[in-house]
Amino acid sequence: MSSGKFGLLFPGIPALLCLCAGCGGSSSPHTPQGAASKNVQAIVVNSGPQNNYANGVFTTVTICAPGSSNCQNISGVLVDTGSFGLRVLASALGTLNGSLPQQKDGNGNPIVECAQFVSSVVWGAVKSADVGLAGEKASSVPIQVIDPSVAPIPSACKAIGPAEEDLASLGANGILGIGFFVSDCGPACATAGTGNPGFYYSCSGSSCQSKGQPVNQQVQNPAALFSQDNNGVVVQLPSASGSAPSLSGSLIFGIGTQSNNALGAAQVYKPDQKGNLKTSFKGTTYEGFIDSGSNAYFFLSSGAVGMPNCPNPESGFYCPSSPMNLSATNASASAGASGTINFTIDNANTLFSSPADAVFPTLGGSNPSTFDWGLPFFFGRNVFVAFESPFGSGPYWAY
Amino acid sequence: MLKLYQFCGIRMRSCVAISVLFLYSPQSFAALGDDASSINADEAHLKASVRVTARQYYSIHEMHTASETVIRQYVSPAGRVFAIAWQGFSPDLQLLLGDYFNEYLAAASQTARRGRGVHLETGDLVVDSGGHMRYVVGRAFLRSQIPSGVSTDELR
Repeated sequence: MSSGKFGLLFPGIPALLCLCAGCGGSSSPHTPQGAASKNVQAIVVNSGPQNNYANGVFTTVTICAPGSSNCQNISGVLVDTGSFGLRVLASALGTLNGSLPQQKDGNGNPIVECAQFVSSVVWGAVKSADVGLAGEKASSVPIQVIDPSVAPIPSACKAIGPAEEDLASLGANGILGIGFFVSDCGPACATAGTGNPGFYYSCSGSSCQSKGQPVNQQVQNPAALFSQDNNGVVVQLPSASGSAPSLSGSLIFGIGTQSNNALGAAQVYKPDQKGNLKTSFKGTTYEGFIDSGSNAYFFLSSGAVGMPNCPNPESGFYCPSSPMNLSATNASASAGASGTINFTIDNANTLFSSPADAVFPTLGGSNPSTFDWGLPFFFGRNVFVAFESPFGSGPYWAY
Repeated sequence: MLKLYQFCGIRMRSCVAISVLFLYSPQSFAALGDDASSINADEAHLKASVRVTARQYYSIHEMHTASETVIRQYVSPAGRVFAIAWQGFSPDLQLLLGDYFNEYLAAASQTARRGRGVHLETGDLVVDSGGHMRYVVGRAFLRSQIPSGVSTDELR
């Protein structure tokens, strides 16, 4: 995989600058190292560890063998409110991987997961680890170690889409899924049989069979398993007036648990069981969701919004001839608050023509019949993600 | 419930018409681009049942899998599957895209810059998908096979 438009950048330097000096036009306060609040984790939007990401928001996660000081800091982990649970590349873990206990079934066979994302899968072992973020720690969390060498990917997993199994294909060293559900698949995966969507496998040698996986043994959102500040998170990013090389912000743990995470005047938006709110646009209501792991506003189709798709290879993005100012209204899936969002979509090819930039507040693309409020939505907002009961009083978003 | 039953008894013709419209038809599911009458593998493989509804320019063969994924196949008057749409947990795209699955894989692995979901246009084939973990929405269609009078925005 090529490093794309960011190929001439010096990897990592924008992130370092931001962490040290608080650059990026940030209006959020930066606490000096050492005095940082226990529940504040630094995050940064930049081109990522592969130097090819647009609108990717990353952080550093500390992973330890359970109950030990055998730890590794993994940088370049995508902060993702659209998934649940922590996944890291085996290659990023290095020798620590061998010290993480493998989850096993009743026969002693390893549990391996086919984690299903929107257009891809990641395959690898379910292991147990202590997970540290800011001053918080979750003990013995089931995580996924992405590693195609653990066993051949079963055909049913391959039939879903391409496997992202290394830095080149993932564009990140891992994914920190901090959405409002705590287990990655939920009740559907708890029972074996035809209704099981096939996330979890038990592998004997190279032969893997789909299995039911109890909900609390599924890969878990570690932020729900901290000893405190564990009922939700706040993603805090400053506004961006235009494209920029990087933008730094904070991932704050807990909602209403400390002086820095009060819900305040934020409006609460509750999802349906599938995890979607309602978004109305030009008189029609669609399913919508708020997802820091999506790197643009992805909504509807070229025909429905009156903007052309970009030519290949960027046909996933819109290319209007001039910036389009749009508005849509979010509402809870059932009764509740509603509020209007104004946003602007600019020509992606024009945006990408500036090779130093990785922050694009006006990047958009198609997403048939749904509204994906991706990372640009987070710029200039505090987005609260409240975990499902009994971990928190969610599921909901608030902003 | 009682009222519904009585209504049904009085309007027996309506009831009959509905039951015919929603006829379970095991031989009406096929991969993208296939002849709809030639394959019944999908239903057996996905352990689902198919409901057929007629529209002006095509028919929709809708299937609910055991894991509650909804799959719709759009069949032209000539009997060809010209589009597929899905929502829920990720479906078996290899089965649904058939001969086009490898084309999809090759194109999907080249779209490095789009984080989450795909929008692919490889000549005749167009594939869109989006959503989040536990809930995926997508569609695929063949431009050359869309009956005249049909907007691609209907295909979802």
